[in-house]
Amino acid sequence: MEVLVASAIGVMTAAGLYLVMRMRTFPVILGMSLLTYAVNVFLFASGRLTVGAPPILTDAETYTDPLPQALVLTAIVISFGMTAVVVMIALGSYLGSNDDSVNDPPVDEDEEGVV
Amino acid sequence: MTHWLVAPVILPAMLAPFIVLAARYHIGIQRVFSLAGTLALIAIGAGLVWATADGTVMLYQLGDWAAPFGIVLVGDRLSAMMVLLTAVLGLLVLIYSIGSEWDARGNHFHALFQFQLMGIMGAFLTGDLFNLFVFFEVLLIASYGLMIHAGGNERLRAGVQYVLFNLLGSTLFLFALGAIYAETGTLNMADLALRADLIGEEATVGIRVAAVLLLLVFAIKAALVPLHFWLPSSYAEAPGPVAALFAIMTKVGAYAIIRVYTMIFPPDLAATDGLFSVWLQPAALLSLALGMIGVLAAKKLDRLVAFAVIGSMGMVLVSISMFTPTSIAAALYYIIHSTLAGAALFLIVDLVGHSRASLALRAMPPVMGAAVISGLFFAAAIAMAGLPPLSGFIGKLLILDAGYQTGSAGLIWTVILASSLIAVVGFGRAGSTVFWKANSVEAGEDAGFKDAPATTALMAVGGLLALSVALTVLGGYVHDHMIATADQLFDPAPYIATVTETPGKLSTPAEGY
Repeated sequence: MEVLVASAIGVMTAAGLYLVMRMRTFPVILGMSLLTYAVNVFLFASGRLTVGAPPILTDAETYTDPLPQALVLTAIVISFGMTAVVVMIALGSYLGSNDDSVNDPPVDEDEEGVV
Repeated sequence: MTHWLVAPVILPAMLAPFIVLAARYHIGIQRVFSLAGTLALIAIGAGLVWATADGTVMLYQLGDWAAPFGIVLVGDRLSAMMVLLTAVLGLLVLIYSIGSEWDARGNHFHALFQFQLMGIMGAFLTGDLFNLFVFFEVLLIASYGLMIHAGGNERLRAGVQYVLFNLLGSTLFLFALGAIYAETGTLNMADLALRADLIGEEATVGIRVAAVLLLLVFAIKAALVPLHFWLPSSYAEAPGPVAALFAIMTKVGAYAIIRVYTMIFPPDLAATDGLFSVWLQPAALLSLALGMIGVLAAKKLDRLVAFAVIGSMGMVLVSISMFTPTSIAAALYYIIHSTLAGAALFLIVDLVGHSRASLALRAMPPVMGAAVISGLFFAAAIAMAGLPPLSGFIGKLLILDAGYQTGSAGLIWTVILASSLIAVVGFGRAGSTVFWKANSVEAGEDAGFKDAPATTALMAVGGLLALSVALTVLGGYVHDHMIATADQLFDPAPYIATVTETPGKLSTPAEGY
């Protein structure tokens, strides 16, 4: 179980980082989404992995830590909203300039500053 | 009395939806409410500074839940000072954006502005690391909207870069928080300080990773080289008043470094030994040097100011990285100064760009109101470069003095003095190109008539510079307060006791629990 969760986090982070370093907005946004999935699972695991136990103190012997679940919920909502925002801004940028590369365009030395 | 502590967060949080819902078609009403709210924030901030000046630590438990179970807001000297600084900067930037009519060039400027203030205030006041993350997101999501205010293709492209970089930073922040929670089981700062102290020397791997990750996150916010790449184009492309407001956002990163690394991971903690002297100080010296070289190398006036901001953050972080009470006091003084000077410079760039074909640093016909604007630029450049008689000089002197007492005095002095010289040359080159050479250029036929800059806009810039003068004249009082603040930071026991021992719900478990 630990190996499965740890490798899932690792693979998602690696894939996310690879995509983030692409030059175009669409792969970069996909990479950001993968990274946020990875961090959500990581946060979830930070309260230790417990299977089939309630997230509340009862008479039972074991319980799972409820706090990381609340943290993950907050993180999911925030990352969801942020992804929507960045998709909108990226779309606006792409539709406006017909170019979806993330980097600044090359500087033309004869003209002033950024073309 | 302690309820006032939540007011800097609640007031903009209430005002912003009101502006969106009730006044969205009336720019005049929006302006009135936005100005009134920011004035009230200044009053509250001044009240908080006054209430915490004697060393009191104010505590507000949300929903009366006791720490570490509930979320707390904590106000001490440092938080109160930053709240007041934000409110004062907010007012002057707001006056400028109204005077220059930037706020009418797109929708919802005032609502986003208030949300931005709410996020910054919350980040300064919170006593909980996860809450700090949430307030970072609040201030960031408002800043995304402000950054692309009034649109334009270049601004949108810069906005995409800015948002993506900050999303990466937020993800890193969550990784750091997860690591800290896995190691200690708490995210309340005061509680963390107690628990980090208990970690034995043999089990420091996790907490070391967490401490470094957290420092990386705050370094991204503070635009520390080599994590500064987001800053130049996003600050240069943002609308002038928004860039001026962003001058406080890099300071949020510096604030978080000071707060977390004096309380949770203090310098004498074995687990994080060497983090500052080995890693932060060289990076800070590098950002100082690179920022000022950028000032000299910039081809456009807006990029020049953005690099000056990077350089001044490098200066702040050099001072923080020495980590003595004297150096923290010097850093706090410099934070106030560089916020005011940086904001003034961004506003001046906007004034110049108002009636100039482009901001490129080559000779072009004179700008409207060049006499006043060049005077303002001269004063702001003197402040930013750290020449006497303005506050930058005193701040730099304090940092040099603090550096003199540390082991690496030679290196610190060399870098600070050399980079100041480069900055002076860079600002001198820019000022003479924009304002002096302009007189030798004939105005082209296509040079249409442009309005002179609005008087209110000029007054707002003058206000920022007047505050810089006040910071110089009243330097003694301010510095005394900064020393008291630094002493309070280096003795976190009262802070921790106030947070963990104030009773609330859940602090005394019921019988048989």
